[in-house]
Amino acid sequence: MKLQRHGTIACLALTAALALSACGSDNEAPSTPGASGGASSAAADCATGTLNAFGSSAQKNAVDEWRKAYQQLCTGTTINYEPNGSGAGIQSFISKTADFAGSDSALKEEEQPQADARCGSGPAIHLPMVIGPVAVAYNLPGVDGLQLKPDTLAKIFNGSIKKWDDPAIKADNASATLPSTNIQTVHRSDESGTTDNFTKYLSTVSPANWTFGNAKAWKAPGGTGSKGSDGVATSVKGAEGTIGYMEWSYAENGGLSKAKIANGAGEFTELTAEAAGKTIAGAEVTGTGDDLKMKIDYATKAPGAYPIVLVTYEIVCSKGTPADKLALVKGFLNFAASAEGQGSLTELGYAPLPTEVQTKVQASIKNLA
Amino acid sequence: MADRHSRSADVSTGGPGVTSSHARPAGATASTGVLDGQPGGNAPVPPDFRTNGGGLGGGGALPRRKGFGAESMFRGLTLAAGTMVLVIIVAITVFLIAKAVPALRADDANFLTETDWFANESPPRFGIAALAYGTVISAVIALAVAVPIALGIALYLSHYAHQRIATALGFMIDLLAAVPSVVFGLWGLIVFVEPVRDFSVWLNKYFSWIPLFGGDGPFGRSLMLGGLVLAIMVLPIITSLSREVFMQTPTANEEAALALGSTKWEMIRTAVLPYGRPGVIASVMLGLGRALGETIALAMTLGFINEISPNIIKNGGNTIAANIANGFGEAGELGRGALIASGLVLFTITLIVNMIARAIIYRRREFTESAA
Amino acid sequence: MTTTALPAPGQAPKLHTKKLPTVAFFGVAVVALGLGAALSYGTGIGGWVLALVLGLVLYLVGVFIAVNAVEGRRSARNRTWSALIHSAFVLAVLPLISVVWTLVSKGADRLDGDFFGSSMNNIGARDPNGGAYHAIIGTLEQVGIAALITIPLGVLGAIYIVEYGRGRFTFLIRFFVDVMTGIPSIVAGLFVLAFWVLIVSPWFNDGAPAFSGFAAALALSVLMLPTIVRSTEEMLRLVPAPLREGSYALGVPKWKTILKIVIPTALPGIVTGIMLSIARAAGETAPVLLVAGGSAAINFNPFDAQQGSLSLFVFQQAGDASRFAPARAWTAALTLVALVLILTIAAKLLARRNRIPR
Repeated sequence: MKLQRHGTIACLALTAALALSACGSDNEAPSTPGASGGASSAAADCATGTLNAFGSSAQKNAVDEWRKAYQQLCTGTTINYEPNGSGAGIQSFISKTADFAGSDSALKEEEQPQADARCGSGPAIHLPMVIGPVAVAYNLPGVDGLQLKPDTLAKIFNGSIKKWDDPAIKADNASATLPSTNIQTVHRSDESGTTDNFTKYLSTVSPANWTFGNAKAWKAPGGTGSKGSDGVATSVKGAEGTIGYMEWSYAENGGLSKAKIANGAGEFTELTAEAAGKTIAGAEVTGTGDDLKMKIDYATKAPGAYPIVLVTYEIVCSKGTPADKLALVKGFLNFAASAEGQGSLTELGYAPLPTEVQTKVQASIKNLA
Repeated sequence: MADRHSRSADVSTGGPGVTSSHARPAGATASTGVLDGQPGGNAPVPPDFRTNGGGLGGGGALPRRKGFGAESMFRGLTLAAGTMVLVIIVAITVFLIAKAVPALRADDANFLTETDWFANESPPRFGIAALAYGTVISAVIALAVAVPIALGIALYLSHYAHQRIATALGFMIDLLAAVPSVVFGLWGLIVFVEPVRDFSVWLNKYFSWIPLFGGDGPFGRSLMLGGLVLAIMVLPIITSLSREVFMQTPTANEEAALALGSTKWEMIRTAVLPYGRPGVIASVMLGLGRALGETIALAMTLGFINEISPNIIKNGGNTIAANIANGFGEAGELGRGALIASGLVLFTITLIVNMIARAIIYRRREFTESAA
Repeated sequence: MTTTALPAPGQAPKLHTKKLPTVAFFGVAVVALGLGAALSYGTGIGGWVLALVLGLVLYLVGVFIAVNAVEGRRSARNRTWSALIHSAFVLAVLPLISVVWTLVSKGADRLDGDFFGSSMNNIGARDPNGGAYHAIIGTLEQVGIAALITIPLGVLGAIYIVEYGRGRFTFLIRFFVDVMTGIPSIVAGLFVLAFWVLIVSPWFNDGAPAFSGFAAALALSVLMLPTIVRSTEEMLRLVPAPLREGSYALGVPKWKTILKIVIPTALPGIVTGIMLSIARAAGETAPVLLVAGGSAAINFNPFDAQQGSLSLFVFQQAGDASRFAPARAWTAALTLVALVLILTIAAKLLARRNRIPR
C-alpha cells in the first residue's frame, strides 16, 4: 500500500499547521500609534482577564473600537464581543454565557426578572453607551436635501403615499423638482433594534398614520425587506426611487443621500452627531437608581435636534458580577464611557453621549459591585 | 469501463450511489455464514456447527477459545457504531421536538397556516406557510433549471464525449460539488445578482402580464436568484448519479438499438433513458432534498419577505433554512424554540424526500442485479 | 431522394445517404447569430445576451430545418438533440468559470502574510488589515475533532454492515445511513444546539450554556458520519472474497482478518472517502453559525469559549459594514475553496491510483 505517501502528506500538513500557529497574531500591539482613538493617554483602569459579551450588531463598530483601544492599553485582557444580535445577547446574558450584553432595546418585562435572577444580589441595569442616529436614506437622482415631515414619512412607509411627486412631499419640498416615479420603501427583513426604534418614532410622532405600533420585526405591509442595515443600504443604492432607514454609518459608507427630518418644532434638521446628541440630551431616564433606561422624546422641540435616534445599552449586573470579572467589567465600561472612548465614535457614524448622560453612566459604573 | 471504478469512490460527495451493484455479491459471499446463526450471547459455538454452517475455514484449526472474547467484543463494537446512525436520527427527532413543543404551545397563530414570523413578540405569532412556500418555490426553480441541464451533461459525459474528455469534465463537475455553499452565496450576492437583476428588469418590462414577472421592483435579490444559485449547487448531484445510471445501460440494449438502424438520439431515447428513468428520478429527489435544505447560499442571496406571492423576480422570498440562519441572532428563548420547530418541519420534509429517493435507488439496485 | 432514411423494400439499399457538409452548420450559426442580433437590437428589447440566446435558439431551429431537408427527419432530431446536449454542458461550465474567476481576481487583493498571520481581534471598522488566522485555526480544529469522532465510528459501522450485519436491522441501518446523507446542515446545527449547547454543556460550565468549537465539531460529525460509513462500506465490499477466505483458512479469527487483511486492502479507498467528507465538512457554515458562536480573537481551545471558522468568517465579512470587509470575505472564500479543492483533488487522485481490481 502507499502508506508512505499518506505519511508525507500528514507530515506536510502538520508542519504547515505548526508554522501557522507560530506566527498568529491577535493584533495586540498598536499598529499605528495615535490612530486608535488615542491610545497615548493611558487613562484606563486596567484589569486582567477575559470578558465575553454578545449582542447588538448596531454597536459592533463602537465596541470594536473600544476593545481595540482598551486591549492595547491593558495587556493581558481579552474582551470578546460577538455581534450576534440583541436577542442572542440577552439570552446569553440571562444564561450567564455572557458577562454583559449589548442591546438595542431595553429588556422586556418578562426578561427583566430573568436577568435579575441571573445577577442574584442586584438587578440587571441598562447603561446607555452608544447613540446611533437612524438615517432615512433615499435614491432620487437630482433631488438633494429631501425634507420630510413626520406625517409624510409615516405615510410613505405605510404605503399611502405612492409617488414621489405626491402633494404631501411637494409641500415639504417647495423648491425641489420631484419625479412622478413610484416610491419603493425598503425595510429590515430581520428583527432589529433599528426597526424597533424607527417604528417607535413613527408611532410617537404620527400615531394617526402609523398604526402598526413598534416592534423589532417590520409589520407594515408592502415594501421590500433586506437583511441587515448593509442589505437595506445596498437595496437603496441599487434602485432609483427607493427610500429606507438604516444606521447612519451604513448610509455614509454607501454614499447615500439622507433626508432632513422635521423635529417637534417643525424644523428640518440634517443628521449630524451634534443634532442627534441634542435629542439624547433631552431624553428622560426612566430607570431607577443606577439603571439608566432611557425614554427618548421623539417629538423633541430642542432647536437643531435630529429626532430619530437609537440608544444602545450595555446590560450588566448592578451587583453579582463574579469578583474575578468585576474589575474588568468596570474598567472596560469606564473606558467606553470616558471622553476618550466616546470621542472616537464620531467618525464611525455614532454620536457621542451628551456630557450629563455620560456623568450619570460613569456614576453607575462606579457603583457596580 | 475503467472509469466506473473510480466513480465508486467519488460517490460519497453527494451521497448518491448505485455503483455497488456488482460489488455487493462479493462482500456478501465473503461474510457468508462464518458466524451465521450464532445466538449472539456468550455461548461458544460448537465446532461442527460452524464448519457446517459456513463451509469455510479449517474447522478445528481455528483458535476459537482464545479468539472468541475479542471476536464478540469487536462485533459488539461494530454493532454499536452501526447503531449510532439510528440513535442519531432518533435523537435529532426527540431533541428537536422537545425544544419545539413549548414554542408551538405558546404560538398565538396556526403554525401551519400563518405567514408571518413574529416569534419574539408577545404574544408570539408565527407560522411556516410563507417559509414553506418560499422553500418549495426556490427548490422548484432550481430543479426546473438544473434537471434538463444536468441530464444533458450526464448524456454528454456518458454517450457523447470521448472517454478521456469525459473523465476530465466529469471531474470538473464533481469539483463544482465541492465548492462550499457559502462561496456560492457570496458569489450570488455580489456577482451573480447583477445579470439576474438585469434579466429580471427585462422580464418585467416585456412580460409583466405574467404574474411570475409582475410587480414594480426592486428586483434582483429574489426567489429567482436564490433558485438559480441553488440550481448550480444541485447540478453536480443530479449529473453524477444520472451519469452513473446512463453508463450502466446494458451494452446489449444499446447495440440492439443501433443495429436496428437507430440514430444516436433514438438509441438514447429507446435504450438509455427508459433504463435510467428510476435512477434519474432518484437523483432528482436527492437534488430536491439538497435544495430544500440549503441554508447559507439562500441566507445570503434572498430578499426576505414573508409572503406568499407568485412573483419570483421581486426582492423577497424566504425559506425555512434561511430564516433559521438569519433569525437566530435576534431570537429570544421562545424565538429559538420557534426556529427549532421550523427546523423540525424541514427535517421531516427532507427525510421523506430522501427516503423516497433511496427507496427508488434500492429497488432499482435489485433490478440492475437481476438484469446484469 | 425521399426524406425517409430507410429505403423501400423493393429498392436496392443505398449505402451512402446525403450528408449536410460541415460548412453548412457554420453558415446556419452565422445566420442565426445575425438574425438574433437583428431581432434583439432592431426591436430594442435587449442587448448582446438576448442576441446570443436568440441566436442559439435560432441555430437549433435552423439546424433542424436544414438537416431535415437534406438528411431527413430522424437525422434532424438526432443532430438537434446533440446540439442541445452540448450546449447544456457549456451552460454548466459558465458559472464555474465565473466563480473561479471572481474568486481569484477579487481574492488576490488580501492574499498577504497579514491575512494568514493575524486575527480580527482589535480590528475596527476603519482598519484595512486584519486576517483569518483565528478562523483557519477554528476550521482546522473543528474539522479535526469531527474527523477523530467520525472516522472510528464510521469505519466500525461500515464493518458491521458489510461483515457482520444480517437481515432487517442491517438493512435499516444501511437505509438510514443513506437517508442521513441528505440531512440539511442547518438541522444538524439545530440538533447540536438543542442537545449539546442547551442541555449538556451547562453541566460543564457552571450551568451556563456554552458555545464552543467542540459543539461545531459535533454538528460536523453528524454530517460526516453517513458519508464515511457509506464510502467505507463501498470499499469494503470491493475487497475480494478469496482474500478473506484465505485468511480464515489459515485459522485467523474473523476480527483479526478484518483488521489485518480487509481494512489494509481497502485502506486507500477508505482514506479517499474520509478526505472527501472532511472537505465537505470544512465548507459547512450553518452549523458553525448556530453552535460555535464565532469569535474575532484567536482561541486555540475548542472546548472553552467561542470559536470562529473560515466559512463563518466569509459569511460575517460579507455582511459587514466596513468597506474593507468585502476584500477579506473574498480572500477567505478563496482560501476555503483552495483548502477544500486540494483535499478533494488529492482524494480523487488517490482513488484513481489505488483502484482495487475487481
